[in-house]
Amino acid sequence: MSRLIKVLSALMLLALVAAACGDDDDGASSTPTPTGTAVANPSPTGTATGNGGDDVSDVAEGTVVVYSGRSEELVGPILERFTEETGIEVAVRYGDTAEMAATILEEGGNSPADVYFGQDAGALGALAAEGRLTTLPDEILDEVPVALRSVDGQWVGISGRARVVVYNTDLLDESDLPDSILDFTDPEWDGRIGWAPTNGSFQAFVTALRVLEGEDGARDWLEGIRDNGATEYPNNTTVVEAVAAGEVDVGFVNHYYLYRFLAEDPDYPAANKFYSDGDPGALINVAGAGIVDSSDEPELAETLISFLLGEEAQTYFATETFEIPLAAGVEPAEELPDVNSLTVPDIDLAQLEDLAGTLELLFDLGIL
Amino acid sequence: MAATTTPVPTGRDGPGLRAAVNARRRGAPVLSLLALVVGAAAALPLTYLVIRSSEIGLGRSLEIATSERALNLLVDTTLLAVAVTGFSILLAVPLAWLTVRTDLPGRRTWVVLTALPLTIPTYVGGYAFIAAIGPRGFAQGWLEPLGVDEIPSIYGFWGACLVLTLFSYPYVLLTTRAAMRRIDPSLEEASRMLGRGRLETFIRVVLPQLRPSITAGGLLVALYTLSDFGAVSLLRFDSFTRVIFVQYRASLDRSTAAVYGLMLVVLTLAVLAVVQRTRGREQIHRLHAGGSRTANVVSLGRWRWPAFAACSFLVLIALVIPLAVIVYWLQRGIDAGEPLRLTTDLVVNSLWASLLGALFAVIAAWPVAALSVRHPGRLSRLVEGMSWSGYALPGVVVALSLVFFGARVATPFYQTMALLTFAYVVLFLPQAIGAIRSSMLQVTPSVEEASRLLGASPFMTFRRIVLPLTRPGVSAGGALVFLTAMKELPATLLLAPTGYDTLSTQVYNATVEAFFARAAAPALALVALSALPMAFIVAREGREAGGATRSRTSPSAASAAEGEGAGPAQPPRVKATVGAADGVTAT
Repeated sequence: MSRLIKVLSALMLLALVAAACGDDDDGASSTPTPTGTAVANPSPTGTATGNGGDDVSDVAEGTVVVYSGRSEELVGPILERFTEETGIEVAVRYGDTAEMAATILEEGGNSPADVYFGQDAGALGALAAEGRLTTLPDEILDEVPVALRSVDGQWVGISGRARVVVYNTDLLDESDLPDSILDFTDPEWDGRIGWAPTNGSFQAFVTALRVLEGEDGARDWLEGIRDNGATEYPNNTTVVEAVAAGEVDVGFVNHYYLYRFLAEDPDYPAANKFYSDGDPGALINVAGAGIVDSSDEPELAETLISFLLGEEAQTYFATETFEIPLAAGVEPAEELPDVNSLTVPDIDLAQLEDLAGTLELLFDLGIL
Repeated sequence: MAATTTPVPTGRDGPGLRAAVNARRRGAPVLSLLALVVGAAAALPLTYLVIRSSEIGLGRSLEIATSERALNLLVDTTLLAVAVTGFSILLAVPLAWLTVRTDLPGRRTWVVLTALPLTIPTYVGGYAFIAAIGPRGFAQGWLEPLGVDEIPSIYGFWGACLVLTLFSYPYVLLTTRAAMRRIDPSLEEASRMLGRGRLETFIRVVLPQLRPSITAGGLLVALYTLSDFGAVSLLRFDSFTRVIFVQYRASLDRSTAAVYGLMLVVLTLAVLAVVQRTRGREQIHRLHAGGSRTANVVSLGRWRWPAFAACSFLVLIALVIPLAVIVYWLQRGIDAGEPLRLTTDLVVNSLWASLLGALFAVIAAWPVAALSVRHPGRLSRLVEGMSWSGYALPGVVVALSLVFFGARVATPFYQTMALLTFAYVVLFLPQAIGAIRSSMLQVTPSVEEASRLLGASPFMTFRRIVLPLTRPGVSAGGALVFLTAMKELPATLLLAPTGYDTLSTQVYNATVEAFFARAAAPALALVALSALPMAFIVAREGREAGGATRSRTSPSAASAAEGEGAGPAQPPRVKATVGAADGVTAT
């Protein structure tokens, strides 16, 4: 096998040299930001570019490379603030959470990534399980409650994302909704539910369900929802849209998608139902970060993660992305219920790492 | 033609015909080697899939591949590819005929408009379509006062089929239209004179001549369908691509995904085998490439306006509706005070990356196309198969395979423009091969042999004879790769230099979080810039057809009869052939 790789790589190198020749001729001169190390997340709006000169005194050496499964729309501005304040350059590669994690796995020991910033505990757990994340120092870990970080200290939650039931306010009142998410298997919800079974957060929720209700309980619930003819959507966003459009009455999603639609249109006909009292529907998943084991800038990486848990960044997540701040005593946005009023189910997020079992169950039931 | 002005040095004492033929044979090993290198490079993703699936062992791999789920996927995906290809052909062939051969009102405008849907990425078009004609979409809103409560659901097989057909039929349209312009009308006239009707003549005489081009375009559509992710994910149809993506997303289960990927490659090879079977005698009726003149314009008579209406309807749903939805988003964004988020960096980055991809795809396609045309056989079939394997695989699989090889082996090139360019070549090589191949089929080998016979070196022959004669194919292939690379997403996200934002990555960043208003400006720019190479292809079609100079100066008056009627004008290709040969004999 290794010989095969060698032969093929030799061929590939040959072709690459050909490609590189053309690149070298004019690549450097005519491409604006071609090199990875250049600019922290070149802002499309071009806001943060003028500040470099002011910070010269405290510019730190080096650049921290972030692989972000969170989109530039959500985390770009706060990473720019980090550069402005510390002088540490951030080179960000944006993509899908799973794709970015898979990229780190495929890169092996040569991964340029210093920090992985993913939007669900499952992907973080998968990276940790493959031994690709280092153990974080206690002062970082202690910023957030034990339940919202990896038990072995390999990743830490940065912001919280609650599972909710989004419902159409033209068709339903909050009182029309059942008291537990488990009751949506009732035939009265036949044809009225939308969900996104391929979504990572949904799968994390199913994993939680398996932990809380046992394999049989989870299977019963999934079968019930499936038999109620739940409509499948590609992601949370489309579920929220479908609910607002009246395509379905309710949908199982994360809480914050709705607020973006409300920000564009205050009369958007949908609202969130937060579950509580330890109901499986009250699961809070996290977006979190860890330091990649092959990082050559672990200290800068630590500085960045500390910053993300600091007051400014936590306030940013609370007010700009409508997520739940996890550290530094920052209050969530006023549209959200107080985090302390939500009784999160008694579950260790590290237990959500068994996605393979969830996947098997979903396949088995013909849901995936 | 510059080729005619400079005399070609003979350089050698006149070698005989046998020597020239031998020289051509001697060229084959070099050509074969070059083609093999390209094929091997393009087959890297395949190698990666084999490595990944071998991790779980042959037994488990077979178990996955023969599971009921996998077989269902195989059937469903095949059905989708067949349906999309079939509908694309049904749409494109009559359209090509209408726009090339008839007095359809505004013919030249339709030539451009009907090709443009290809510039709309399916992940944008799909969204726009759902917004427009999805349940409770805009159309539903307009129809409600008329008493229409529910329009048929666009989700599932038929929705995916519709969207994929609308945004990929131009592949067939472009290849068919080009072929239709080159057809020698005398056969058709003979058929008519012998008493066959117009339809029968079309089916028995014209269609067989178009078959290689329809096949080439249909192949692009079929394999594009196999690899597309945007439409199937938005319209909720389970194809291999979507399930592979789910495997990655849900569990980072790269091995299972790899088995599905390998099944997809097998499917591709099966499609290719079928196509190669039908190729058979294609070279024979291309020996008289270009003919001596262009065909007469068919008068549509009372069908003129119905045909016009049909074209309008097609352009309305495949172009106007998606663009209107994007413009609506843009308007909503501007009203809400959103910044436009369109910088020159984005535009320049997109153009530069696509340009590099197109350039190197064309270069890499040469040896493969030449081998398949001049030395068809087992080796050329193998190389072609390898070259096509990347095109049918989902972008994310190709991208991750290059992450694997790039970070582990070609480390200095990892996350540089070189590797991104390489990825584009692997992904889109077949588009260039197809275009160059069909151009090359029209060059009779005897022209090359004559050149060699008269003492020109292989390089000289290539530069002075082959290159000028196949230039239309080269530019068409390059343009296709360019506009596909503009739309490409997964490889750009995973392989571009860090911080190298393009229009498509910006659209992705905004739509993934449902900020449609913010996605609108880059999406529009993407379509507008992709329209450039499309206009280029179409303009070239016009030149090729003969009366281009006249039609360009008065496009609206390009009423067929004058512009492209049977005139003394010879197609440039024939001139070039004669000219180049003259150049050789002159010495």
